[in-house]
Parts: sequence; C-alpha cells; structure tokens
Amino acid sequence: MKEEIKVPSVGESITTGVIVTWLKQNGDSVQDGDILFELETDKAVLEIPSTGSGTLEILIDEGTEVSIGQTVAMLGHGNAAAKPSAAAEPEAAACEDQESDSQVLSPAVRRIVAEHNLDPSAIAGTGKGGRITKEDALRAAEQQKTSAQAAEEAAPAAPAAPAPAQSPPPAPTPAPPAAAPSGVAPKGRTGGQRRSERAPMSRIRRRTAERLVQATQSSAYLTTFNEIDMHKVVDIRTHYKAQFEKEHGIKIGFMSFFVKACCQALKEFACVNTEIDGTDIIYKYFYDIGVAVSIEEGLIVPNIRGADKLHFAEIEAMIASLAQRARDKRLLPDELTGGTFTITNGGIFGSLLSTPIPAFPQTAILGMHTIKKRPVAIDDKIVIRPMMYVALTYDHRVIDGRDAVGFLARIKEFIEQPDKLLLEM
Amino acid sequence: MGNDTELDVVVIGSGPGGYVAALRASQLGLRTAIVEKCDTFGGTCLNVGCIPSKALLESSHRFAEIKNAGRHGIVVGDVRLDLPAMMGRKDKIVGGLTVGVAALLKANQVTTFRGDGSLRPSHEVAVNADGRTVELLKARHIVLATGSAPASLTSLPFDHELIVDSADALSFEAVPEKLVVVGGGAVGLELASVWARLGADVTVVELMDQLLPGCDSQISRLLGRIVSKQGIRILTGSSVESCERANDRGQVKVKTSDNSTVELTADKVLVAAGRHPYTSGLGLEQLGVATGAKSGCVAVDQGFMTNIEGVYAIGDVIGGPMLAHKAEAEAIAAIDIVAGKPGQVNYDAIASVVYTWPEVAVVGKTEDQLGQAQTQYDAGVFHFRANGRALAADSSEGFVKILAEKGTDRVLGVHMIGPSVSELIAEAVEVMEFGGTAEDIARTVHAHPTLSEVVQEAALAVDNRSIHSVPKKG
Repeated sequence: MKEEIKVPSVGESITTGVIVTWLKQNGDSVQDGDILFELETDKAVLEIPSTGSGTLEILIDEGTEVSIGQTVAMLGHGNAAAKPSAAAEPEAAACEDQESDSQVLSPAVRRIVAEHNLDPSAIAGTGKGGRITKEDALRAAEQQKTSAQAAEEAAPAAPAAPAPAQSPPPAPTPAPPAAAPSGVAPKGRTGGQRRSERAPMSRIRRRTAERLVQATQSSAYLTTFNEIDMHKVVDIRTHYKAQFEKEHGIKIGFMSFFVKACCQALKEFACVNTEIDGTDIIYKYFYDIGVAVSIEEGLIVPNIRGADKLHFAEIEAMIASLAQRARDKRLLPDELTGGTFTITNGGIFGSLLSTPIPAFPQTAILGMHTIKKRPVAIDDKIVIRPMMYVALTYDHRVIDGRDAVGFLARIKEFIEQPDKLLLEM
Repeated sequence: MGNDTELDVVVIGSGPGGYVAALRASQLGLRTAIVEKCDTFGGTCLNVGCIPSKALLESSHRFAEIKNAGRHGIVVGDVRLDLPAMMGRKDKIVGGLTVGVAALLKANQVTTFRGDGSLRPSHEVAVNADGRTVELLKARHIVLATGSAPASLTSLPFDHELIVDSADALSFEAVPEKLVVVGGGAVGLELASVWARLGADVTVVELMDQLLPGCDSQISRLLGRIVSKQGIRILTGSSVESCERANDRGQVKVKTSDNSTVELTADKVLVAAGRHPYTSGLGLEQLGVATGAKSGCVAVDQGFMTNIEGVYAIGDVIGGPMLAHKAEAEAIAAIDIVAGKPGQVNYDAIASVVYTWPEVAVVGKTEDQLGQAQTQYDAGVFHFRANGRALAADSSEGFVKILAEKGTDRVLGVHMIGPSVSELIAEAVEVMEFGGTAEDIARTVHAHPTLSEVVQEAALAVDNRSIHSVPKKG
C-alpha cells in the first residue's frame, strides 16, 4: 500500500513552486512530520513535512517546477521502490570517486573544486545530463568568494523592499571601500583578464525584479528626508538594556521604537497606510508592519501583524524570530503577505542615506540608516549627537508632500521625544 | 506482386542515410522495406564516393611515398604502377561492403526492392523497373533518402568521356596525362591528389579565393602550399570559361584571378563543383512535396517531416553539409521520431574531413564565424613538427588549432591539418558534445608518443601554457 506525498497549499495566490532540495534520500525511512524537501515559491523557501510514515520514493527531481497538489513522492510500506534513473547514475560513479555521492567531474572541474575547496554536490550543473561544466564550477567559486567577502566586509546596502533601489553613497566610514560586488577583483588577482559570468536569477530574485519594474512603472515615487537626534533613545537603551533583557528575555533594539512610532504616525496620517487598487485608494486601519530582512537569495519582508497592539518586547521578539526563520527558510507564507507599511534599515550595512522603494502594493516605506555622531547646533551651541538620517519614499498619487513631510516629522518627534510616544501625544 | 500487408516504413535509397534508417527501423520493431535503384546497395558513399576514394587515396599515397623510401634506409628498385590491380583492390573493397549492407538488411528482416521508387498519393511507394511499376508498397511512413548527384556547370556539361564527374574519376582506365579539376573543395582536392600521385599533371581551378571555401583560412593556405609542393598547380579566384574539344583532348580556357586567361590542355576535365539533391522521378511535384526553389532540396521540419504527413526526408536530399555521417545521424533521429521517441541531430558537432595528405579535419565554428557573431575567444595552436610521433612517422606538416570561448573556456571549434587528423578530430567532437573546455582536454592524459598529444598541447596553448612550446614574449 502506498501513500502519496503531495505539494501542500502554501498560501494565497501561490500555485507553483520549485523543489529546491530533497532533505531525505530515496529509500529513506521517514516519519510523519519529518521535513522532506524545500519548496521555493515566489516569496520564500519553505520546508515541507511528510504527512505520513514509510519508505520514501522520490518521483520528482530537484530543480523541477511542481504544482500545488502535485504528487512528488510516495511512501511505501514494504521494500524501497525502484530508484528513478537520475539517482542510479551517481551510484555508479560513487565507488570510483572520492566526492560524496556526486557524478564524475571533468578534469577542469576537479581542479577548480580542489583549488577553491568547493562542495561539488552544491554546484548546479548546466552541462549535458546535468553535469557540472567548468563554467558552473567557476561561478560557484566566484559566489563563494563573494559571500565570503560579504560576510567579512559589508555588502552594498540593500534596504529597499522588494529590491535594492539605492546606490551606497561614498560613506567616509564605517562601510569599507566599495564592498565587493563580484565584478571587482582584488588587484593583481586576475592578471588583466576581463572575465564575466552568467548566472541565472534565483526565482525569488526574478519575481522581485518583475514586481519592482511593475511597481515603479505605475507609481510616482518621491523621497523626503529628515534627521533624528537619537540620543534620548540611545540613553533609554543603555539605561535599561540589562534589565530589559533579563525581564523579557530579548535585547532591546531601535527597531521597536520605530515600529511603535510608525504605528502612531500611521494612525494620524491614514493616507500613508494605504494601497492603490485601480483608481481606488484602500485605507487600512490595522497595522501590519513589514521589516525588511536580507537573506542569501535576496530581500524578503516578513510582517509583524497588529504591531500597534504589541509592546516593545513583543515587537523585538517578533523581529528576531522572523529574521531567523527567514534565514532558515522556515517562514509561513502568510507572514510574507498583507503588510500595510514597511521599515527597512540600511544602517546595519552602513548606509548613511538612501531612497528605498515601497513594497508593492504598499504606498510608502520608511528607511532607517546608520547612526553617526555629528556636531549639531542646539540653542546656538555645537554639541555632538548621535544622528540618524531617515527617508520616507511615498507614492505621490496618494500621499501629498505635506503629509509625507508631516509623517516623517512625527516619526522624528516620537524618537527624539519618546515621552510623546508613551503618552500617545 | 502487390503487397497486401501495410509496411510501417519504406525507405527510398540505400546510401548511408537510407540503409541506416532501414536498419534502425527494424531494430525498433517496425516492418520495413527499402527501395534501391542501383544494382548494389550503399548509395554514392559505398559505390562511387567515400569508400572507393579512400581506397584509391591509400593506394596512391603508398605509391607516392615509395619515392621517400630512401629516407628510411629502404632501397627500392624499379617501381611501376599496375592501375588495373589498384582499381581491382578498390572494387573488391566496395563489393565486400555493398554485399555486407545487403546481408545486414536481410539479417534485420528488411524487405528489399530493386527499382526506382516514386511516391504515390496516400502513403504509397511505387517501385518501377523496366519501364513499369513492379510493386506498389503501402506504408505508414516513407523516408526519402535519395541523396545527391554531381552538379554540372553550364560551360562544362558532363559527357563522361572528356568532361567527367567524381564517379568517373574513380574508375579511369589509364592515368590521364593532363587532368584539370574544376573545384577546389574536398572532392576536387582528393581526386587531384590521387591522380597527381599516380603521375598525372594536375591543375585545380577554384572559383573562390581559397581552397576549401569556408574552411579556416590558415589551413586552406597551408594545404595549398603543400599540395603545390606535391606537384599540383592551384589556380584560385579562377573560373573555366570554355572547353573546346580537339582530338579527344580538351582545350580549357581559364580566367584567372588577375583577369588574364590561361589555356590548359586536358585529357580529362573533372568537374567537382558541388552536388545537387537527387529528386528526379520521385513524383514530388505531383504530390506537392515542398522543395527549395533554388536548391531543389526537399524541405523538412525539425522532425525531418516534409509538408506531407508521413513523408520524411534525410541526408543529402535535404541539403546541409553533404556528409555520410550527417545522413546517418539524421536517419536515426528521423526513425526514432517515427517510432514516437525524441530524435535530434547536433549539427554543431559534426566534423568535416578532407582526405588529402596531410588530412584536414574540422568541427565547430571558424574564427571568421566567431568574429561575425562577435563571440570572444582564445585560440591555441600547436604544430605537428614538434611532435615526436609525427616526426617518427615521417609526416609532420600541419597543426591543430583550438578555439575556446573567453570566460567559459568552452571549446567552440577545432581545426586540424596534419597526419591522421581524421581520427584525432573525434576527441574534439566528443568534448564539444559534453560542453567541455580546453582545460578539460589539457588535463586529460594523452598517451605518448601519439599524434593526439598535439591536441593536448593546442588545448594548453589556449591558456598560453603549452609545455612543448617556446614561451610567447610580452
């Protein structure tokens, strides 16, 4: 008797996905609830659990597009079923190869794998029969170098949702000099070769690119800026840091202040919490605030539902949880849809100032930036204050300049005078 | 007489395309018949093309090389040519192979019919012999594999006595004293080589500016120099204006590249200026089978089907490179498709070989083609004169050139001139089929001492890393 494993429904409007990785092997014995495979949709990569127990017979290969409801595997309750031919191939090669369960590699690929310490099983093969070509290996080596550099230095800021819309300005510090995009090789390394590579966009990036173009073509985006004196919030943090963590089990960051400030300001400036549908404006009176998170495959924006009803600790906890689950690819699909306003923080990458793009179909986005001590004039005296530039990009079709400026000014007010945030004044 | 049972496949023509199609169809369990108008199977290739020419090239090569025997410390006395014996050997080889094809067809239960095949409406093939229809075959699928025939020139119509084609030139009864070859492509050069080695005074007249038009120009130039040293006169950028008969000989007027006129006396004028698809008597017009207006080639889609449902065509008759192995590949692909499986031919990985000595073998794109497509590439070249095996074998003229795409290092084209490159090219084709790179070839161990090491060194040279070359300056 065999049980079918089907692709479950993973959220509104999602009809297809791609099986990115099988986390169990053909022939494995699996239990109900064991994670079987990773499914990449337009929005995120999700882990799909087994709905029963038995011996796994994989029917669909990695990299294949599947529909919701499609049978992708069977659970047998007897001997393991016949392997699909794709699984049989690497078996033949495995005995003569020191690589783990992988295919036989061509000489050039072997050299590159050895030189760069790559894992062949992690390289996507575009050659005949799925073989890894030299180009594939070079690309993998390049990617490894880029992500290694990004981890050490800081990658170009990617604060906009759904795609980066800003160019990092020539910041004096702390951002290291032009955090290496893969095209810039350290001096002397390439020896004058003008090499380029072609890599297919990940599904998420492709979808992001499409949405971005669609959004910018139909909208009238403008950005207004302001600066915030962060010293009071910095003081509060410093003062209550240890105690907060002790009591609530989570560190207090700046984000919770901004989320709260936004919720308050959105109540006052309803036009900023909107969505355009054709020639209608949909005003929303609930506050699901999106927080942009940068992961390997691109930028995703999980939402904090009903942020206005959560208190600081809950917001911080939510943010931390969403960010971690985004990186672990364990987000629930509903967490990625339906936000009303988004906050993005390029400051963690060192961005001083930028022009983020709203997360379609939202009409505005707040950009936070790095906090830098600067001399400012207060009561005609020069004092050093921790300053943060903030940016609000808004769709001028719905939001007028006056409201945008007013909204941002309110945010500034709430952060500079947290008492007002407390007293909802 | 008439066949009541319907056949699955009827193939018209039993050249490399036709007989391979029939054998493949039979392998797949299809009831198959083949129609051949000649007395023997095997088409042009076996009877008057590839095989007899290679046999004569081998024999004539040995004859010519005997004069070099002294280099090897071999003292040879009187050397004479026994042309009938040489032809006899060639005929025996051809005979053996054509009988072999007949045997294969029989062993695979392919029914054979002798006669001219022609298409009749609604899936029928008429077999015509002695002026009448001797069979009417019903078939679900019909494969046209009728091949091609030498093209004649208006100024030089074939009379098969003075003005001859390649088939005639494979059976001369005597070595012509003076031979004019019109056409400097593979066929012209190969036959020019054969008769020059056997003592004829040969002139090759080629219309284009280089021999082997379309080939890598460095190879064409080197081949031209070598062939000239072998005693063959080459006139490129030249064309024949007229040929006048005088006492069984021909007076050929040639307009040369500098617009002057050269007069050549010829005992034979071989016209080897291309081939045209052979479709006469097939009944294509009546059935409405579409053919190319200028070329006369039968038009087919990606599945080798003509515009008539169930009628397919492969090989020389559909144009493209007129090569036996291309026809064979198409035969298999077409029959696979007929049987409901996927079938396709990778035209980017089909090699062309010229059996002069040294030989020429090429596959993939030339530098000109890459330049036109604006594809960036690196080239690696290595000469046979630096190869131990070539020197030991007393044949070290030529080189191997590998073109690899910049960045990916993928092999895009390989061009060879040298000893036995007809065999060496197979490595290049294999690598290209797998999307392999120059580095893959370079890092593969090639046996020593072999000619194949030249291929490895050329691959290393793509990255300026040839071991057995003097380092380039700068």
